[in-house]
Amino acid sequence: MQEVVQAVVSGLLIGAIYALVAVGLTLIFGVMDIVNFAHGNFLMAAMYVAFFAWALARLDPLAGIPIAAAALGVLGVVVYRLVIRPVLKGPPLSQIIVTFGLLVLLQGAAQLLFSADERGIPHPLSDLFALRLGGIAAGGPQLMAAAGAVLATGVVWWFVSRTEWGAALSAVAQDSGAARLMGIDPDRVHLLAWAIGGASVGVAGALLMSFFTVSPTAGANFGLVAFVVVSLGGFGSLRGALLAGLALGVVQDLVGLWLPAYGFAAIFALYLAVVLLRPQGLFGSR
Amino acid sequence: MKRAAVLLGLLVAIAACGGGPGGGAAKASLGDIKIGALFPLSGSVASSGTDALHGVELAADVLNGKYPNIDLPKLTVGKIVIDSADTQGDAQVGEADVDRLVNSDKVVALTGAFQSAVTVTASQRAERLAVPMVNGSSSSTALTERGFKWFWRVGPSDRTFADTYFKWLKSIEKDHPVKRMVVINENDQFGNDGQKVIGELAPQYNVQIVDNIVYPFNATDLTSQVQKMRGDNPDAVFVFAFINDLTLLMKTMAQLNYTPPVMLGFGAGFVDPKFVPNLGSKTEYATTRAAWSLEIGQKNAVAKAIADAFRQKYGQDMTENSARDFEAMMVLGGAIESAGSTDPAKIQRALNKTNITRTIMPWKGIKFDGRGQNELASGVIQQMTGGQYHVLYPTEVASAKVTWPIPPLSSR
Repeated sequence: MQEVVQAVVSGLLIGAIYALVAVGLTLIFGVMDIVNFAHGNFLMAAMYVAFFAWALARLDPLAGIPIAAAALGVLGVVVYRLVIRPVLKGPPLSQIIVTFGLLVLLQGAAQLLFSADERGIPHPLSDLFALRLGGIAAGGPQLMAAAGAVLATGVVWWFVSRTEWGAALSAVAQDSGAARLMGIDPDRVHLLAWAIGGASVGVAGALLMSFFTVSPTAGANFGLVAFVVVSLGGFGSLRGALLAGLALGVVQDLVGLWLPAYGFAAIFALYLAVVLLRPQGLFGSR
Repeated sequence: MKRAAVLLGLLVAIAACGGGPGGGAAKASLGDIKIGALFPLSGSVASSGTDALHGVELAADVLNGKYPNIDLPKLTVGKIVIDSADTQGDAQVGEADVDRLVNSDKVVALTGAFQSAVTVTASQRAERLAVPMVNGSSSSTALTERGFKWFWRVGPSDRTFADTYFKWLKSIEKDHPVKRMVVINENDQFGNDGQKVIGELAPQYNVQIVDNIVYPFNATDLTSQVQKMRGDNPDAVFVFAFINDLTLLMKTMAQLNYTPPVMLGFGAGFVDPKFVPNLGSKTEYATTRAAWSLEIGQKNAVAKAIADAFRQKYGQDMTENSARDFEAMMVLGGAIESAGSTDPAKIQRALNKTNITRTIMPWKGIKFDGRGQNELASGVIQQMTGGQYHVLYPTEVASAKVTWPIPPLSSR
């Protein structure tokens, strides 16, 4: 029984990270109907920012959060301006190809600049504490990561649902033409979506650096899970992303308890089941 | 007619120059001899793959006479040119690389491909194309049990390594009795094959394998695996893991406050150049099997010279991976030298007759059995103390005593 409780706790902790990684993806999709295939590599870039903040200035990954968030926010803006905006008027296929090209470009650039070495931070600050309750353990890095992920997801949700800018995001998401008639500039709203999407994945990357290593392919599996989270939670739904992320983490660790080789595969099995039974996702309305 | 005579004269002159300055009966020069080297140069295992490729490149330099003072054979029949290919750690890419290297680049032989899973497919392709492939650092036992005619392995197989582990455990059973063990491995050729070999050997040594725990490559979470291990409560754990998964595994153990009495690694992540930088003091008391180590290198003059040259050229220490792949290239170079030809069949014959005693390895030499496995390859067991591995077994080369049980990972 204790093992099951531990699996649920650990699953919730990693699930919160899955959710935060997916927030940027679902936000950009919700506002613009664009699937950013390079999203996993945004995460990889964020992890490198946090790693180098530590390697060059001895900044703990927790202190690196604002730096990674700012850097990735800027990357989001640059990518939107240089890569996405020019193809917005093109056919949907060109939008898919362009983000796929971005995926290859980012990975290649990382390999060229940083080599393919696995880099990690041996003793992050969050290593100094851990929660142990009646045989159930939760590591400091995971706790910090999960708390940070829930908080960051909450902030994004608050921004989108409670502020004027957030209302503009929703307006453009619902009907870009009507929003323009109301005086909202869709271009600036798109830019904002990419900035927030980038910043949230920046936070996730910095949080992950306390217990993961980074290499040019570090974002691949997290990127894949993010797609499952988004389609499970419903495209464009932040609440859905959070719940789906947590659910996937728990499913992975519970299945892993009995079938360790298939915990990760269970995520995709669940995805298939949802696609068959409820194609719009758990919280999607499309 | 006059033009033809001039052309003939020119040809004669060129042929005469080709004879070399001695002008005597020197061996015919084969010119540049291209060797295809397959390694994961990108992807998550790239630090190990690049390290292994460095071993091959250094061997080519030695063969080409760049280190005249190092007492190892040189190539007189031509010049080795390394044509490297990035397998990306992907079995299909590795197979396609072999096709390209052989058919387009016209390499005469192959070496690599580090990960056993990639070596499996790459060597299948080489077998079909009838091109010699000499492997250094893939340890999956199954590789040399397929009856291939064009594949040779210089390093020990995991059966040899596992056997060395069990013999060591037997030798210390008075102080550290081991009855129940767990194997944790990645779900790939290296891990699954290693797990199988251990399962076969364990009963002979009265050890019970109570659990085989498997995880996917590039895992995002290893909590359930560590939980299972804790539940099994073994006397010792065998670990098959590459560097990224090993980092996550050890950090997860620390965070869940579980440390097995001892962690017995099968190379890979345990000897990756990034192992200590990524995990710091958590790497202390990690135990691994190895085919070579810096410490052993110091006891052999040639190995020391090579290790020094390696450090100078690449700015990091030679590892057991680069050492094994260095040796694989030396064997291939030796075979080409004695074949005096780039004809695959002649190289194949020379490889089968290989009998080398001067190596940088702590082995009796290199001699292949009927299946292409070096029957003289052996392993050592070593444990990390003070950021360096020290040999525990065999006793005659040991320099340290084992620390067992190891201090909790969570306190360091």
